[in-house]
Amino acid sequence: MSPSVRLQEMIRVIRGARTQGEERGVIQRECAAIRAQFRQADNGTRSHNLAKLLYVHMLGYPAHFGQMECVRLIASPRYNEKRVGYLGAMMLLDEKQDASLLITNSIKNDLSHSSQYVQSLALCTLGCMGSAEMCRDLAPEIDRLLRASNSYIKKKAALCAVHIVRKVPELGELFTPAARSLLSEKNHGVLHGAVVLITELCERNPDTLEQFRKVVPELVQIMKGLVMSGYSPEHNVAGISDPFLQVRILRLLRILGRNNDTASDAMNDLLAQVATNTDSSKTAGSAVLYETVLTVMDIKSESGLRVLAVNILGRFLLNNDRNIRYISMTSLQKIVQTDHNAVQRHRGTIVDCLKDQDASVKRRALELSLALVSAVNIRSLMKELLLFLSSCPPELRAHTTSGIFNAAERYAPSQRWHIDTILHVLTTAGGDVRDETVPNLIQLITTATELHCYTVHKLYRALITDISVQSLVQVACWCIGEYGDLLLRGECEETEPVQVAEDDVLDALEMVLQSHMSSPATRGFALTATMKLSTRITHNVDRIRSIVSIYGSCIDVELQQRAVEYNALFKKYDHMRAAVLERMPVIDKSSPGHTNGESAGGTMKEMEPTKLTQEVVLPQEPANKVCDLLDLLGGSAEPLQPSPALSTTPLGPVSSTAGGDLLDLLGGLDVTPVPPSVIVYEKNGVTLKLQTDRQTDTGMTVTLTATNSTDGDITSITLQAAVPKSVQLQMKAPSGDVIPAHGLGQVTQTVLLNNPNKVSLKMRVRVCYTSQGSVCQDTVQIDSFPSPAW
Amino acid sequence: MMRFLLLFSRQGKLRLQKWFTPVTEREKKKVIREMTLMVLARPPRSCNFLHWRDLKIVYKRYASLYFCCGLEDQDNELLTLEVLHRYVELLDKYFGNVCELDIIFNFEKAYFILDEFLMGGEILETSKTAVGTAIEEAETLQETMEEYMSKPTY
Repeated sequence: MSPSVRLQEMIRVIRGARTQGEERGVIQRECAAIRAQFRQADNGTRSHNLAKLLYVHMLGYPAHFGQMECVRLIASPRYNEKRVGYLGAMMLLDEKQDASLLITNSIKNDLSHSSQYVQSLALCTLGCMGSAEMCRDLAPEIDRLLRASNSYIKKKAALCAVHIVRKVPELGELFTPAARSLLSEKNHGVLHGAVVLITELCERNPDTLEQFRKVVPELVQIMKGLVMSGYSPEHNVAGISDPFLQVRILRLLRILGRNNDTASDAMNDLLAQVATNTDSSKTAGSAVLYETVLTVMDIKSESGLRVLAVNILGRFLLNNDRNIRYISMTSLQKIVQTDHNAVQRHRGTIVDCLKDQDASVKRRALELSLALVSAVNIRSLMKELLLFLSSCPPELRAHTTSGIFNAAERYAPSQRWHIDTILHVLTTAGGDVRDETVPNLIQLITTATELHCYTVHKLYRALITDISVQSLVQVACWCIGEYGDLLLRGECEETEPVQVAEDDVLDALEMVLQSHMSSPATRGFALTATMKLSTRITHNVDRIRSIVSIYGSCIDVELQQRAVEYNALFKKYDHMRAAVLERMPVIDKSSPGHTNGESAGGTMKEMEPTKLTQEVVLPQEPANKVCDLLDLLGGSAEPLQPSPALSTTPLGPVSSTAGGDLLDLLGGLDVTPVPPSVIVYEKNGVTLKLQTDRQTDTGMTVTLTATNSTDGDITSITLQAAVPKSVQLQMKAPSGDVIPAHGLGQVTQTVLLNNPNKVSLKMRVRVCYTSQGSVCQDTVQIDSFPSPAW
Repeated sequence: MMRFLLLFSRQGKLRLQKWFTPVTEREKKKVIREMTLMVLARPPRSCNFLHWRDLKIVYKRYASLYFCCGLEDQDNELLTLEVLHRYVELLDKYFGNVCELDIIFNFEKAYFILDEFLMGGEILETSKTAVGTAIEEAETLQETMEEYMSKPTY
């Protein structure tokens, strides 16, 4: 047996191997030697062999046969061997291995060793890979070490206790007293460990959290000491005294101050001091400032402090360092809902970050920009977003397009702008849009009756330029089919007129039909459009007839079926053709199911819900004779009796488009029936909507939703309800008591009613709120509910 | 807390791995592979922060080595950059102008230093000098061969 080489020699040999195969050979030989050595009696080289094995393990080769050797070495009295044994245990053993239990006893002995360095090995290993049983066994030992030892051991015991608490949360109570007393230590390492331990205890146990709120003044003192202290060479990092400890204390203060006014007050001054005095030219200072900002935003701080914090984030946005810009945007994203106006001030900088080279920064900037869109800035912001879309990295495109569509739906200043924007997106990135874009766009176009001429001209121009983007082509074909007569008429107020002959139009459609780039769905659109044109053009009807009959023998079954049916329409049912192919009525967005005859492009996948939560308004009149497939209300279009308290205006505090219903066209494909809702109270910008949902024969769930379209937040809103005597009422807890301004949020409250005697149901609702400083209170009587008759 | 700390070279060879939560061997290999791919693909002057699964990844390049660690949601990324820097400083102090070869041939020392600086994914010692002192003192405990053989075995 050749004597095995020393560790460094072996590493050199392995590195010298020129091929993977050579390396494997060397390693196999070495492992065999190591295994043999392990079996032999003690000869002073055990630790070297284990070290070699650990190196081999790091290269990715199996090393499980070293586990028992680790156990043996840990039990050795020699420090060398112990050290490598413990290192091996941390690398090769984890709590899932059985061998890990065997070292529990060694650890226990070593925790009471006379040398602190042996104790520290045991603590380190326990804190790294201790299983739950080991932790339970050794917790009292750790507690003892926390109280009575030198600072070197105390700091290690503290972090070991943190690990124990993570593994076995119940043991947290054991460490609470010791943790408390550790805060009076001077040693930074121990202090740091104590703060981490207290943080962990408070996060897991609300009672402990209550207890530790009392130490806020002490923490504030420690922090002040750090901030005001002079230069300490030991702890100084770029002018900041121990930023690691400062950040940890700030994090603990955040947890203690959350949702608690007294604690938050106690730390206000300190946070202001840190925020103003910390030098943020280097990363260490920025890290402390960052943590300060996070803390300020999370606790109940004064508004002045919050403004200071947002301004710091704004300053970060202008920093040259990309990292700081990135985290600034991450933090702004967290607060954009609650402090919307403050973040709006920095919109310009955020939009500039869209042009940054770095992909992470771009992503953050995109999310933040989408969150900042509002009715006021929609036009300018959309320009920037569209510019971004043309140059954005591919992984962000889908997100960008859906964000743009959502924003356009919510805040479009005019229908023409809306249509233009969607068309722009389709031409730039049509391959990355959601599937329901096509039906949504079609629905939007039908509602914009004045713009039909403009739209069809624009789409025709787009179609003849490029037929590769399927979504665009589908919409274009549909429009040409519907409004082909307007196209051929030539004149149009909104755009320069262009002379389009019937042949040109048919050429375009045929090109789509024959192109390899067109998907089957697209070709279906094109064929139907061609057919529809037969009633809108005058001269080339024969050409249409021949196109249609050709496709009667197409291989694609869908196209073939369509062609055969259209053929029949020409031959046997020619008298009906004009009526069948007539212009379609306006598609009402709230009608579930399909439009008359035309299924939207065959893309019937499950629709992802839009981010808005708007309720449905019952169709005003069944004007489109739509087959309301999921109308489970059985045609009771009568709930809206004239009554002073009720109004049936379409909802949407921010939208001003004529197509105001902001729902998915095919939203009705959801299995759950959409409950109707009415507005029962509208005053001072506060709107209260009532929505009912029949659960059982006598039971009903009523949801009251309050929204706010004023400029200021509505606070302390409460709702009370009263019903006739025989009806049982149960009010659930409201979702909150603050309604953000500008319709950015809402408060909902559910009321469960049980009407066993089936009396005529009436409800009186009292709404109480504070708006712009003044308290308002109103009572509303609801005499009839939009529900099936009881 | 930090979930893991990895050191790897520009060619993707692993030089040090520290896992602060129990992870299976298979999962470790997977994470190492993904980290290596993600970090090595980054263009030179990009941001040092990434998002991966539910973790924040912070990485920094020092000469030919990439230091990469995975953080939880509450952790401060900028501070972690300082943590990585501090570890490099400690290695530098110990080895004297540390380079990748030092870490390759003395990997166990690199681990010992790491274990004096971090524990359980948290910072153990914030003082620059204390870690160095502890390592030096521990080394005095390392026995010579004669002392070795004279000590009784278990």
